[in-house]
Amino acid sequence: MTATGIGAPVRRKEDQRFVTGQGRYVDDFNRPGQTYAYFLRSPHAHAKIRSIDTGPATIMPGVVAVFTGDDLASDKIGGLICGWMIHSKDGSPMKAGPHPALAQGKVRYVGDHVAVVIAESLAQAKDAAEAIVVDYEVLPAVVDTAEAAKASVQVHDVSPDNTVFNWHLGNREETEAAFARARHVTKIDLVNNRLVPNPIEPRAALGEYDPGTDAYTLYTTSQNPHVARLVLSAFIGVAPEHKLRVIAPDVGGGFGSKIFIYAEETVCVWAAKKVKRPVKWTSDRTEAFLADAHGRDHVTHAEMATDENGKIIGLRVHTVANLGAYLSTFSSSVPTYLYAPLLSGQYDIPAIYCEVDAVYTNTAPVDAYRGAGRPEATFVVERLVEKTARELGQDPAEFRRRNYITQFPHQTPVIMTYDTGDYAASLDKALELADYRNFQQRKQDSARRGKLRGIGFSSYIEACGIAPSQAVGSLGAGVGLWESAEVRVNPTGSVEVLTGSHSHGQGHETTFAQLVSDRLGIPIDQISIVHGDTDKVQFGMGTYGSRSGAVGMSAIAKALDKVIAKGKKVAAHVLEASEGDIEFKDGKFGVAGTDRALGFGEVALQAYIAHKFSGQDLEPGLKEGAFYDPTNFTFPAGVHICEVEIDPDTGVTRIDRWTAVDDFGVIINPMIVEGQVHGGIAQGVGQALLEGAVYDQSGQLVTASFNDYCMPRAIDLPSFQVGMTVTPCPSNPLGIKGCGEAGAIAAPPAVINAITDALGHEDVAMPATPQAVWRAAQKARMPMAAE
Amino acid sequence: MYAFDYHRPTSVKEAANLAGQSEEAKFLAGGHTLLPTMKLRLAGPASLIDLGQIAELRGIQRSGDAITIGAMTKHAEVASSADIRAAIPALAELAELIGDPHVRNRGTIGGSVANNDPSADYPAACLALDAAIVTDKRRIAADDFFQGIFTTALDEGEIITQISFPIPAQAAYAKFRNPASRYALVGVFVAKHAGGVRVAVTGAGSNGVFRVPEMEEALSRNFAPEALDGIAVAEDEMNSDIHADAAYRAHLVGVMARRAVEAAAARD
Repeated sequence: MTATGIGAPVRRKEDQRFVTGQGRYVDDFNRPGQTYAYFLRSPHAHAKIRSIDTGPATIMPGVVAVFTGDDLASDKIGGLICGWMIHSKDGSPMKAGPHPALAQGKVRYVGDHVAVVIAESLAQAKDAAEAIVVDYEVLPAVVDTAEAAKASVQVHDVSPDNTVFNWHLGNREETEAAFARARHVTKIDLVNNRLVPNPIEPRAALGEYDPGTDAYTLYTTSQNPHVARLVLSAFIGVAPEHKLRVIAPDVGGGFGSKIFIYAEETVCVWAAKKVKRPVKWTSDRTEAFLADAHGRDHVTHAEMATDENGKIIGLRVHTVANLGAYLSTFSSSVPTYLYAPLLSGQYDIPAIYCEVDAVYTNTAPVDAYRGAGRPEATFVVERLVEKTARELGQDPAEFRRRNYITQFPHQTPVIMTYDTGDYAASLDKALELADYRNFQQRKQDSARRGKLRGIGFSSYIEACGIAPSQAVGSLGAGVGLWESAEVRVNPTGSVEVLTGSHSHGQGHETTFAQLVSDRLGIPIDQISIVHGDTDKVQFGMGTYGSRSGAVGMSAIAKALDKVIAKGKKVAAHVLEASEGDIEFKDGKFGVAGTDRALGFGEVALQAYIAHKFSGQDLEPGLKEGAFYDPTNFTFPAGVHICEVEIDPDTGVTRIDRWTAVDDFGVIINPMIVEGQVHGGIAQGVGQALLEGAVYDQSGQLVTASFNDYCMPRAIDLPSFQVGMTVTPCPSNPLGIKGCGEAGAIAAPPAVINAITDALGHEDVAMPATPQAVWRAAQKARMPMAAE
Repeated sequence: MYAFDYHRPTSVKEAANLAGQSEEAKFLAGGHTLLPTMKLRLAGPASLIDLGQIAELRGIQRSGDAITIGAMTKHAEVASSADIRAAIPALAELAELIGDPHVRNRGTIGGSVANNDPSADYPAACLALDAAIVTDKRRIAADDFFQGIFTTALDEGEIITQISFPIPAQAAYAKFRNPASRYALVGVFVAKHAGGVRVAVTGAGSNGVFRVPEMEEALSRNFAPEALDGIAVAEDEMNSDIHADAAYRAHLVGVMARRAVEAAAARD
């Protein structure tokens, strides 16, 4: 390991500009003649639009234009799309209702886009929006996930029972047979609470049109600018793909919410040509709460069957997934193929059957949010496993160990083939770090102080490195999920890497450079990572699903191999040796068995001046590209142990200890990985204890600001004990598994398992707020009071 | 935000005159309620009169048996005042529990008291400490000042200049924070005076800050947590929202009151 190579805790190169305020986010870009867009949004969860009168707004000071859905329709601008086709059990395709960028005849959630005002200033645009007269016929709203399919209210005409699809996975007959012969069946009802993503930078879009070249530029907060360009051109029809440049500059967090293609950027690009001036929109926090795609929102009943030896023999799950008012870009994949294939967890479960009913409601669209389906699956499996162990009177750690998969590769009954892992190793290390053996002592100490102490496990697995293109194509994906890279070596020997991945907090400028430094033996400051601009970077698929290490870096590694191969050819000519005798080692091309060698920079220069070889023998230059398509998902896994202490008088849950032992395969930068673990746990604790989007029965978002939506703070978290185990991933050249989502996946069941352990009963829902825990503690006390 | 005229007077008299000249003027203190409301376009005053440049509205003084705090004194100044730490530590601790450092370095005691948000902290201190709210026109006893949520005895255009707190024998504030906003979900201020104990509750009551006579009587007899056993506030007078329903708030009033008494008694 070199000081800047693979495995080194290199400080993040990009932080210099971030912490000194030199980052450039979309809202930092201002173009000559720029105008400002403001979206008039629906105040109603569900209403017919009888008429919209924009006349009074158009004559307001500073107004450049006012547009409605009719204007988009007359320009033949298509609706927003969902890019993953799911078929119901009966083979019928999912029922996708229309999703216009600006409403046409109906609004379906509070925050839905009714009209846009474009003005010289934002204040003028807001003033004019108030002058737009909309005649609504307010309709009753459906908001409740579990009740949506039975509601008399109908969100979309295409779906009479508000059902998008009734999907299933697994083997029903085998699962029923397993339950028929089970010694014990454990049942659980769970709600996976709806979350608002809340990246620190809200979404923004700046559209520009150049009439000279008939070309558009869109600056946008995107995790995947090429996918945005593809959707905006090929499906929505705003501009031809080769005439649209999408730039996603510094982006301040995404957590999934910036994968999707939204109404606002669609309108800004389109309107830039209409008004012949740049059009900028920057979301405020209220808009972010209302109209960013939310996460989770599942209602689940699940059952686990065990035999006389305490072995899990079957799992059956029924989930209702709320997809909100419209199908967001990848929404249909989240509660299906990103969810049910993870229901085997780390366990050898021979029979699994899962049914998922996806429903429309009059709420914001729901799509991928850090973990995307895998936190939901892990919550089901780990709550059930914990409850089963308790019902069987077994130690939860040992019950898990007894059921762990130990032979690899392992084919689960739900699609996945786990390639490698050592789950018991992570468990052993976690038990040691958590000082599990002295837990009872700590519990008694707490009891003496009138506090309730509990411990909770989460033995999670996730599928990352998304994903083999053929595999996802067979499951309904509209895209391939490979990644691209181009390595440009300059004549001076410095290197630019153009990657299809996108960094919005992950630290790619550092970790990707570490790979290059490691492979080429050049200093890290000689390497630039370029991403986020479709005019600079070849087509790429972007960053989500913890894929940028396993897939994006594998593409870079592949391109680096080609660069080295080409460098050998150049060196062979210069050193007058045969190509087969050239070795590349420690940044030098040398002739085997001699001391004749050229530095990497010398070979780069020779490649470009091309004095030592003829163009017939070798092409000049040193620049190579690669597309890498993974052969399998990767399977990061680990054990998190949460220890809580509850004040039964107030219901306050204090997390006293957190132990995380993760197997992420080969680690590029342990400091960045640890940071990802910390952030993920914070987000998972947020879901478990603090966060929850609440709509009232009329469909108003009650938690529409930080006054009511509780984000995790440092004071809510303990210092984390983070440990690692390593089984290198055999499915990619670098052995990487991915780490971006693990904490958010592992944490919620660990917290709830700890709280239910402390209280002695299972009836605690997320978020386990002080009020909820106090009430649950009252319930726990009642039998004692009766004694 | 709608457009407005902005005034920055340098004396209380000038501020009062400006207020008299405009139908829809609002005084701007720390702005923590007013400015967000204006940004959301829920309020649109024609003019803002910024009190931030009026020197006579700032400062902390100890005079005999009282602490007097200028209305534009910031929470952070109250929290770090040596005089207050010595005389009424509970008041400094309360100030330290408000919001976060940004809020404490911007928000003012006068703004908080004039706004009388039902979950603000200072109203509980004013009531329990039997404070006097001093304005440019008169002196108002705290018992007469707070008249229900966002409602006070202040007349249109009347400006709070100072708040005067009698120094108690013992006092403490126990706050249960709203997990999201950090406002008081329930805050109980207990103060033992020569003439008896006063207990004031903020955050919980559906009609704003209130005193609990039953607790006051019990604590006046015996200033100890167990004196509160069996005393409960009425659920039907409590607030209810997604963070805490009336039953939970009523329960927390009891818990926080006991903790405040414990803390006050432990000060000796």
